[in-house]
This record gives sequence, C-alpha cells and structure tokens, in this order.
Amino acid sequence: MKGIHTIMEEKQLMLTLKRLTHELIENHYPFKDTCIIGIQPRGIAISDFITQYITQVNPEVKLQYGKLDITFYRDDFRGQIHIPSITELPFSIEKKKVVLIDDVLYTGRTIRAAMDALLDHGRAQKVELCILVDRKFSRELPIQPDYVGKSIDSIVTQKVKVYWADDKRVVLYDSIDQ
Amino acid sequence: MHLSSKHLLGIRDLLPEDIHLILDTAKQFKEVLQRPIKKVPSLRDITIVNLFYENSTRTRISFELAEKRLSADTINFSASGSSVSKGETLLDTVNNILSMKVDMVVMRHSATGAPHFLANHIPAAIINAGDGINEHPTQALLDALSITEKLGSLKGKKIAIIGDIMHSRVALSNIYLLTKMGAEVTLAGPPTLIPKYIQESFSINVTYNVKEALEWCDVANVLRIQLERQNQVLFSSLREYNQAYGITKQLLQNIQKEILIMHPGPINRGVEIDSDVADSGQSIILDQVENGVAVRMAVLYLLSGRKEASA
Repeated sequence: MKGIHTIMEEKQLMLTLKRLTHELIENHYPFKDTCIIGIQPRGIAISDFITQYITQVNPEVKLQYGKLDITFYRDDFRGQIHIPSITELPFSIEKKKVVLIDDVLYTGRTIRAAMDALLDHGRAQKVELCILVDRKFSRELPIQPDYVGKSIDSIVTQKVKVYWADDKRVVLYDSIDQ
Repeated sequence: MHLSSKHLLGIRDLLPEDIHLILDTAKQFKEVLQRPIKKVPSLRDITIVNLFYENSTRTRISFELAEKRLSADTINFSASGSSVSKGETLLDTVNNILSMKVDMVVMRHSATGAPHFLANHIPAAIINAGDGINEHPTQALLDALSITEKLGSLKGKKIAIIGDIMHSRVALSNIYLLTKMGAEVTLAGPPTLIPKYIQESFSINVTYNVKEALEWCDVANVLRIQLERQNQVLFSSLREYNQAYGITKQLLQNIQKEILIMHPGPINRGVEIDSDVADSGQSIILDQVENGVAVRMAVLYLLSGRKEASA
C-alpha cells in the first residue's frame, strides 16, 4: 500500500485516550447517572480502554458500560450485509446521560444509526459523543462530537484505520492505490 | 457477507456457511425480541407478500411477525377467497402482485417445487414456507437454533426424527441441515412411512423401533401424522399408531437419560405424542415457536440485502 501516513503512534494514542478519559471524568464524575456505550464493532477497543482507565484512576466508581450494535439501523446495508455483533446493555438508559464512543467520525451516518438504536432502548436524558479521530468537513448529517481525540483533514478516497491488536497506531491511507 | 443464494428454496441449496450465517444473525435478532421496543427499521423500504396456498397457523403468524418487527410492509394472500378459485394460474397471480411493486415473496404451496418454478420466472426473492412433501427450510433452521441453544452445537449430536417421514417436508429439510452440519441422524417410524431409498441417499440410520431410537438420541424430533396427505392406508388406526410409535411418558421413563423433545406442530395429541410428554420440562416445543420469529427475521434480513446487488 502506498500513501500510508501514521497519524498517531502508540505513545501519542495512549496519551490522547487518557486525555479523553480525563475529560469524561471531569464532566461526569462520579458517573452516577452516566453510562458509557461503545459502538460495535470498532468502537469497542476504544471504549474498553476508556472504561478500564476510568476505574483504574477512580476505583470507587461503579461504571455502567454497554455495547451497542447498530447493524439493523444502518441506511446503507443493502449494498453490503454487515454481520451483526452483540448488543449488551445490562441496564436501563432511561433518564441517564449516555456517552457514545466510536473510533472514527466521518459522515455521521453511523452515529445517526446509533442514536436510533439507542432510542429503542429508552429515553436518555442526554447523549454525548466521544470520538478518537474526527475527519473534519466530511459530515453528511448535522452531527458533531463532544470529545475529540484528534481532528484530521482527509479526502473521500482516504480511509482511517485504528490498529489495536499488537502494534497500536492510527493510520490514514489511500483506499485506491493499494 | 451474503448468502450464496438469492432465494431460500430449500436447505438442499445452502452451504454450511450460509446456515452458520443465518443462525448467528438469528441470535442477534433474538436479543432484539427481548427489548422493550421489539422492532428495528432494517426493511422499512421492502414490501413482502405472504402467499399461502395451503393452511398454516404458526408459519404464517411467525413470518408476519418477523416482517413487522423488521418494519417491512406486508400483504397477505390466501388461495381461498381469491381469484385462484376462478382459475388464475400461480404465475399470473404472482406477476399481478409483483406489478404492484413487491420485493419479496414468502410462499407455501401444496405442490412440490412450486417456489422453484416461481424462482425461474420472477425477479423477486422467494422464501419457501413449505412446498408439498419437499422442504420447509425455515422450520429446519429454527429447529437447529433450538438445538444449538440447548446443546451448544450440532456437530456430533444425535438427532432422531420420528414419525411420518414420507409426507414430511420438515423431515427432509431437517435431514439436509443436520447432515450438512455434522450431526448424526436416525429416522424412526412405521416402514410404510419411511421412504425406501432415504437411508442410502443420505447415509443415515433407519429403525422401525421407536424405543431404540429414543435410547440412542440426544434429541427426538417428533413429526405430525399428516392426516390430510394420507390417501392410502399406511397404518391401520391412530390408536394402533400411538401404541406402536407414539412417544409416551412411560417410554421416556424407561430410557436412562433425559432427551429433548421437539415437535414442529400442530400436535395430534395422543397420536404421535402424548400430552404429558408434549407439556413436560423435556419438551422445547414452545422454544421452537419463539425461535421461529428470530430465524425468519434473519432470513428476510439476509435476503433483502440482495435487492440492489442482483438488480
């Protein structure tokens, strides 16, 4: 693959995630009426890290943490069937503040689907959005994040990928010339 | 990921991967069905016709519920009270319905191969909800989901299919599915109701002794005696059938282990299965019905995705 740019090395990635976590702690401590929900499948690595770090820094916090699958709410699934992942919300979101976590914010359509999916589980008091990478100026819907790890400029043919398994990093690559 | 076929005409055409995909998707839909709002918007741009040329309670309600929970628009058609009685052909009827912009057809027909015939002539996706004595694929899929929920997987499990094998589309679909997924199958019932060459065709076991089958199996899938398809005398009386081949409480008490009892419904109580067995803790008959909705949602969801891809 030509044209790969690493936009975050592991060290930078960890610092950014910890900074995001501290922002969440600042706004939501002691997380009594707040629940954290990761969006399946790619938001989960990020939300796992953030929730673990919250309880690591504040062991007294009892965090409500869920995972949301949005496959059945997508508006683009006709072209390609996505395999659903598990939705796991072992609590009610009624009258809670919900923080949605995903890896990359691009057109905003995933978040639109996530908000629809969330509505089917109840009426949250407030929904916030926490994003690791925000691809600026590419939104197709009026959706903006409340917590941003890093904002980047990118063009349509490029893709952003978060590598999490071994060599943690975030890269931007051109999807055409691979 | 897609199913390998545009239609669901039978388990015969499916690959093991297709079956895995349908069952995995159905498990996620089961979770949807536990929610306070049991509905997702996936098929809100799809119209489905339920074309029932033969009577049905469970399958029809189950498909209709599945369609509604996926937000599809549905229309129901039954042969009685329609222009079929004026002599309209199947293809004419379906073409007329499709010209009103219908995307998918769920159909049950008493003629074997009716959905396969339609699939060759119309562009819509077709789901077979039972054709004659051939196949009833969604029933086999929901049976598979019910078994995997209780026993973990199908591979290596011993399933006995007991009763009227010859007239049963449920039996044939189950045999295809279970052998594809690596389960062991034994058929049991009166010799007159088990087709002669089925043993060689599928390399499965056949026994005429129900007790032997029950002692061997992990799961007994008991089939209905299809009284409406008996045009010749294949056993002497219902009472005698019950005594020789019916599943009774006493029979189950005499075997050493606890097996699961399944039945696709409708039950002839006191014929192929006694009431105290059908209503016992071993019976997962109502789980099967519950799983039916999730499995049908999965099939509709996975096939609806082919709309643009195939156009």
